[in-house]
Amino acid sequence: MLKSGEPFVRIVKNDISDRKAALLSVYAVIFAIIMGGIFILCLGINPFNAYASILKGALATKMAIQATVKIAIPLLISALGITLAFKMKFWNIGAEGQIIVGGIFATYFALFHHNLPHFVLILVMLIAGMIGGGLWALIPAYFKCKFDTNETLFTLMLNYIALYFIKFFVEGPWRDPESSGFPKIAMFEQNARLDKVFGVHAGWIIALVLVVFIFIYLKYTKQGYEISVVGESQNTARYAGMNVKKIVLRTMFLSGAVCGLAGMAQVSGAAFTLSDGVAGGVGFDAIIVAWLARLNPFVCVVVTLLLSILEKGCSVMQSTFGLSTAVSDILQGIILFCILGFDFFAQYKPVFRNGGAAK
Amino acid sequence: MNNTAIELSGIRKTFGTVIANNNVNLSVNKGEILALLGENGSGKTTLMNILAGIYLPDEGTIKVDGKEVHINSPEDANKLGIGMIHQHFKLIEVHSAADNIILGSKDNPFFLTKKRSQKIHEISESFGLEIDPDKKIYNMSVSEKQTVEILKVLYKGAKILILDEPTAVLTPQETKKLFAILRKMKEKGCAVIIITHKLNEVLEISDRVTILRKGESITTVNTAETNANELTELMVGKAVELSIDRPETEYNENVLEIHRLTVQNEEGMDALKDVSFSLKKGEILGVAGIAGSGQKELCEAIAGLLKAKEGAILHHKQNLVGKTPAEIINLGVSMSFIPEDRLGMGLVASMGMVENMLLKTYSQGKTPFVEKKEARELSEKIIEKLEISTPGIDTPVRRLSGGNVQKVLLGREIENNPNVLITAYAVRGLDINSSYTVYDALNEQKQKGVAILFIGEDLDVMLELCDRIMVLCHGEITGIVNAGETTKEELGLLMTGAINKGVSANA
Repeated sequence: MLKSGEPFVRIVKNDISDRKAALLSVYAVIFAIIMGGIFILCLGINPFNAYASILKGALATKMAIQATVKIAIPLLISALGITLAFKMKFWNIGAEGQIIVGGIFATYFALFHHNLPHFVLILVMLIAGMIGGGLWALIPAYFKCKFDTNETLFTLMLNYIALYFIKFFVEGPWRDPESSGFPKIAMFEQNARLDKVFGVHAGWIIALVLVVFIFIYLKYTKQGYEISVVGESQNTARYAGMNVKKIVLRTMFLSGAVCGLAGMAQVSGAAFTLSDGVAGGVGFDAIIVAWLARLNPFVCVVVTLLLSILEKGCSVMQSTFGLSTAVSDILQGIILFCILGFDFFAQYKPVFRNGGAAK
Repeated sequence: MNNTAIELSGIRKTFGTVIANNNVNLSVNKGEILALLGENGSGKTTLMNILAGIYLPDEGTIKVDGKEVHINSPEDANKLGIGMIHQHFKLIEVHSAADNIILGSKDNPFFLTKKRSQKIHEISESFGLEIDPDKKIYNMSVSEKQTVEILKVLYKGAKILILDEPTAVLTPQETKKLFAILRKMKEKGCAVIIITHKLNEVLEISDRVTILRKGESITTVNTAETNANELTELMVGKAVELSIDRPETEYNENVLEIHRLTVQNEEGMDALKDVSFSLKKGEILGVAGIAGSGQKELCEAIAGLLKAKEGAILHHKQNLVGKTPAEIINLGVSMSFIPEDRLGMGLVASMGMVENMLLKTYSQGKTPFVEKKEARELSEKIIEKLEISTPGIDTPVRRLSGGNVQKVLLGREIENNPNVLITAYAVRGLDINSSYTVYDALNEQKQKGVAILFIGEDLDVMLELCDRIMVLCHGEITGIVNAGETTKEELGLLMTGAINKGVSANA
């Protein structure tokens, strides 16, 4: 029965348990798949066939799996880096730039010190990548502490500066002299390339080790505890005697350092060179991963795999059915939109006029 | 003719899983003052927000003048003649009183300035309100601001006035004035609902009292036929002993000496001016004052969160000025400030009790890992000692009720074995039982020789609990008096600076 004068629907806050939230994510994925299916149907393709080809394309053969994992590696590593900063409510959307600078630093050693023993060279490149990414992230953190600048804008802008640094190196000092004038950086020597383990470069081992490390770091260490407190309230942190600035700087350095590792893994494991496509939007996708995983490193692994399967599978589907590249972008967009949209229901619920609460 | 101004029946309102109101029934007649009495968390404010159109009830009916209505927005409430005076004023500081009063009223916005001033004048005249319509809000005292709020709702033609804890921010003298205004309204046939938890005020001003307990309306009684004990019993659900101990202690040693302290607030204004006092071992020194008289800055300066501009804070002859908050904590100076939202800066809302226990001690221990075992035991201990009700020690404290949150905070501060305990608004929003638990805990500390600075709001409580009371007014000390030898009226005058006992501190 409807009572007049009451609004038809209103939005109320919802405080649901973690288990319910997890269940909601499952619903979200199902809903997203259905919506995507409707879109595919509109193109005149059987959605079951399309989804089958996505799964097949991403997982059916050993090569497909290896390709999917290769997509997943930088995504997972940078999502972990972002998790560190986001836990502190420092909105670091500059992973893209931190990946790039990490890549640049690592590339320097690959190009000019490739005579080092392989193990030492890789180690040096790893450290260089971390320092590069870390320093790049330290810039917005410093200005945030000193002048309270907005970290979202600051980190975003730095992405473009980093990108143009690559263009500078490609066109200028690091241009491959043997490329007959074509602006590109030389391919790395075998010595500077990451080893393969089970057919995929060793970046996946780094990523998985990092998952465990970051989980423990955030949950059990003093520094992790400090990050949570600062994230919740800087006033509380100050009240508890914490040095907030030090914590912000340290955490952002770590966040950037982890993203820098992703850059190192990309240049040394996947591309074997440095080009302006080294990050290719991974830094932004990683934000989605970290957010959907609710900043839980283990859930990050699951979400990363789902996104990687989607990306790899969609490209296969699109060539199987002879569709334009835009189709796979649209499909990915629809699915992500639905999943992120469901996040709303984790925090709010609509109440309809008759008093019955909608799911 | 129907004499009932407003009638609520069967009101229910839930927030998620929390039931704020359930089966609430109340009615107010024209020309009557109804007091709504209940402990904090009993749903008083929620109920009033429903009337003001801020929340929508899930169930139940509201009748104004005998007609069923739906109040979907504050605008609807205005149209129905319901005016709410909130606990926190909603005024534009840089505008004049008149500008604030006419804001949002629906008459022609042009060329009516004169007529408006006249109308404001008429209203103030007939209700006995004293206000200068051209005075800017930022130049006004708390009580003047409240008068503007009242004028605002009267200007919009309100016949039903709701006041949410109006006396919480007033001195005793100002409260008297407010009550005179309320009586005038009553004479003019307005229906007034006053929300409060101060029993003596209920008895003084109201005609009838509706009591809320745990979100439900328990009963309505005629004020003339009841007394403080009965009301407390109805409110709490059981008989409560209403007196506070003030144990004598034998210590005679200054722990904290404040010397000519001047502190600036965040805006760069002097929030504390040349303040000097001392705090003895085994003493509770009360700090009274109108909200915003420098209490917060005093706490933060001692805790090392605000820099002192001038002066010294001596703790056992050692100057705390210039030390970091961490160093001050390690000296055994504990500060717990309970802000209006209760969680503020003492606790981390999303963390459980265990992790909150660690807030000041997490860095102890040699490994890079946080040691949680002791904190776990401590949590259990505090739960038992202070009777905290929580689903578990790992439940985020944000899910606990306000009173329990405060007990968690206070429990931690006490268990850290401080030698100076600064506690601001320790019982803010606590129910009666919890308040007494807190007083007992403070007295226990006092007897152990802890020096306690008790920043409070309720003068009645401070007169019973504290040994001495220091009064702050605009950041200056207007007097330090022995609690046993002073009166509420004297404190009220000191709070407004009407008298100044210009203490030259003994420190």
